[in-house]
Amino acid sequence: MALKTTPTDAPATTPAPPKTGGDLRRFFNQHDNIVQLVAITALVFVVMAALSPDKFLRYYNFESISFIFPELGLLSIAIMLAMLTGGIDLSIVGVANLAAVLAGTLFHHLAPGASAGLGLGSALLGIGLALVVGLVAGALNGFLIARLKITPILATLGTSQVFTGLALVLTGGPALVGFPASWTFIGNGKLFGVAFPFILFAVLAAAIGFVLSRTAFGTRLMLIGTNAKAAVFAGLDTDRIVFQSYVLTGLLASIAGLILSGRTNAAKSDYGNSYLLQAVLVAVLGGTNPAGGRGSVLGVSIAVLALMLLSSGFQILRFSNFLIDFIWGGFLLLVIAINVARNRKRLG
Amino acid sequence: MTDGLIELRHVGKRFAGIRALDDVSLTVRRGEIHCLAGENGSGKSTIIKVMSGVYQPDEGDILIDDASVKRMTPAESVGRGIQVIYQDLSLFGNLSVAENLAMNRYLKEGRRAVRWGETRQIARAALDRLGVELDLAADVESLPTSARQIVAIARALQAEARLIIMDEPTTALTRNEVERLLDITRTIQRDGIAVLFVSHKMREMLEISERLTVMRNGKVVVQGPIGDFTEASITRHMTGHDLSHETYRRPAVTETVPPRVAVEGLTVPGAVAGVDLTLRPGDIIGLSGLIGSGRTELALALFGMRPDHGGTIRIDGKEARLRTVGDAIRHGIAYVPEDRLSEGLFLTQSVSRNMLASSLDAVTRGFTVDRARAATVSDGMIDAMQIATRSGETPVGFLSGGNQQRVVIARWLLTQARVLILNGPTVGVDVGSKAEIHRIIRDLATERGLAVLMISDDVPELLQHCNAILLMHRGRIVQRFEGGTATEDSMGAALKALR
Repeated sequence: MALKTTPTDAPATTPAPPKTGGDLRRFFNQHDNIVQLVAITALVFVVMAALSPDKFLRYYNFESISFIFPELGLLSIAIMLAMLTGGIDLSIVGVANLAAVLAGTLFHHLAPGASAGLGLGSALLGIGLALVVGLVAGALNGFLIARLKITPILATLGTSQVFTGLALVLTGGPALVGFPASWTFIGNGKLFGVAFPFILFAVLAAAIGFVLSRTAFGTRLMLIGTNAKAAVFAGLDTDRIVFQSYVLTGLLASIAGLILSGRTNAAKSDYGNSYLLQAVLVAVLGGTNPAGGRGSVLGVSIAVLALMLLSSGFQILRFSNFLIDFIWGGFLLLVIAINVARNRKRLG
Repeated sequence: MTDGLIELRHVGKRFAGIRALDDVSLTVRRGEIHCLAGENGSGKSTIIKVMSGVYQPDEGDILIDDASVKRMTPAESVGRGIQVIYQDLSLFGNLSVAENLAMNRYLKEGRRAVRWGETRQIARAALDRLGVELDLAADVESLPTSARQIVAIARALQAEARLIIMDEPTTALTRNEVERLLDITRTIQRDGIAVLFVSHKMREMLEISERLTVMRNGKVVVQGPIGDFTEASITRHMTGHDLSHETYRRPAVTETVPPRVAVEGLTVPGAVAGVDLTLRPGDIIGLSGLIGSGRTELALALFGMRPDHGGTIRIDGKEARLRTVGDAIRHGIAYVPEDRLSEGLFLTQSVSRNMLASSLDAVTRGFTVDRARAATVSDGMIDAMQIATRSGETPVGFLSGGNQQRVVIARWLLTQARVLILNGPTVGVDVGSKAEIHRIIRDLATERGLAVLMISDDVPELLQHCNAILLMHRGRIVQRFEGGTATEDSMGAALKALR
């Protein structure tokens, strides 16, 4: 029925915000989720720094974070894109691995036994192939979801199996190793002293953020996610836009695969399996509404950063790896519980 | 001892400093049908929630059977025989009619095992009290609203109700269904049960109730036996001013111009069986008929949502292929859907985005949406349509029904629509806002030369604002009433004959 948030007969209780106070206050009101995340991140930072200042605050620590987090960051943004229309993409890790495996296979064909020595041209070819894999895989998901109207969770669960299976057939199981130097640069290189994966992440995040907040496509995506039926009645070409969003998701996933295999100098059909659920949780943690219509790149980026600080802190404190998973889960549940509680207060 | 069942004495209630109820005194007598009227925001819902124990009043007393109730809680309220039927009905959609009706009894007796034979017996008895037949095995969510409502009423009776409060019960009903609901209400009353009928529809109030209380801005403005009121006086009390009752006349147009829309032999499989229709600039043509008459499918076909339609559609004399919504919009056709909340609006998105949803390309420069231009366009529309909102950035869900409807209409004005199809344009909109929406529609027709097709169940609305009314039945147009000649009686009789 009508909005539960506004009892029909109670006068509009939301008082007008003071005109003074300006943009900053408005920013805080509109993005309170992000403000909260920043506060939590800062808190994690301070606590970790206090517990182990000599190790946590070392430059090396932050540098290693800047190499590791872009993979999960891109995957989380990819998942967020799918969630914006109320869907999900469970095949992202499969796409990432398939992209890397296909590129690796290409390298082995180009120079059997000596693929690590391949030049820039071959590396670019491999990168191109990986990106095409992302686009095609995304298009397949988009076709199944937007055209054949298969529920996203089922469609992508299915394609995920297909992609992983394909990668498994190509590799026969063990990891492909020996990538060209320019390929491994993507995961390990530095540009102007900054981790290349981090630069890549920053550029892509900014680009996606721009697309979502400033273009007609981004606006339409949000509208479809808010109310797909109303979008049809408003004349939006929902099928096409949803299709495109999954293509973009696939592309981002393949780039994450590039970084992952560049960093490890290897490609395998089942790398980074734990990333999938982490990406889902990071996206939600970053303020994405899994039902669609709300989410921001900034929120997701901060969320992934917060988690990375947390886990690096616990690693420095020599917590067992098993315990770290447990703490991650607990942390995510805590933040989500806070969000739910705050939303309820706002509505009540 | 008076005959008062529940009495509010000088009740006041504030929310965040704003007075929702101000010195309200109201008595519902045993076995009476009492109407509580008022626009949205007048305090009707707050009264319901005070009576049902959801809200505690800040001041004043509640008396039940002449004895003051210290602290009214939902449990207390139910225990004293007060049942509320909210608009959403609060039924279990995935359970059968029988299960819904027997549930309370099972819960009360703390039973763990369900006996199906007995479940059906309980349910049958409950429906018999209302004198209605329903498929007991059907899932409640598969039933039409009107039938679900009956289940809700039957369930309330099961709970030994002495007073049933119905919150806007007729909002989602067609005329025939309203009649049936009114019959059922009278049946309940014969059992000695009081009914508080909360509504803002004049005709129903005048037809059903014995006493009427009108509220405005949290206060009771007038109270008395229904015989003391007329439609006009109720409207005046609700809105605080008189509303125009002038009927619509189409401005003169040159007949040589081809009609804006000319439909010939339009068919939609299973719904529309050959319809001819002409809409000229400045026309407001009404379209009525029972649910299932094909009227909505006719509209959807014109809006490109039924690509399986047959027949020819000409726009401004040229044949148009309307196979997608995009086609329809390019031909200047706009559709304001039946269900504003699920089909019309993006509730959590801003007013501005809601308005611009169909014309984003027009405010896009290169790759980006020109925000300044978008704001100018939407602010201009907010002014032109007199939409009461704090700003264009307010989520549209915070607006009242009437303002929301204006947002949807504004969206189509921005696409330069020349044909406006409205499906139930004022359903769930309060009286004052309703008049304003009618004024806007009339202005659009007369001043901007829009051709309007208005689908509605509201006969007075059609009579007042259309220059012709078409009656649809089983996929065909069976009757045409010219504006000014038809009356409520003649249309009502025609509609009744279709049943």
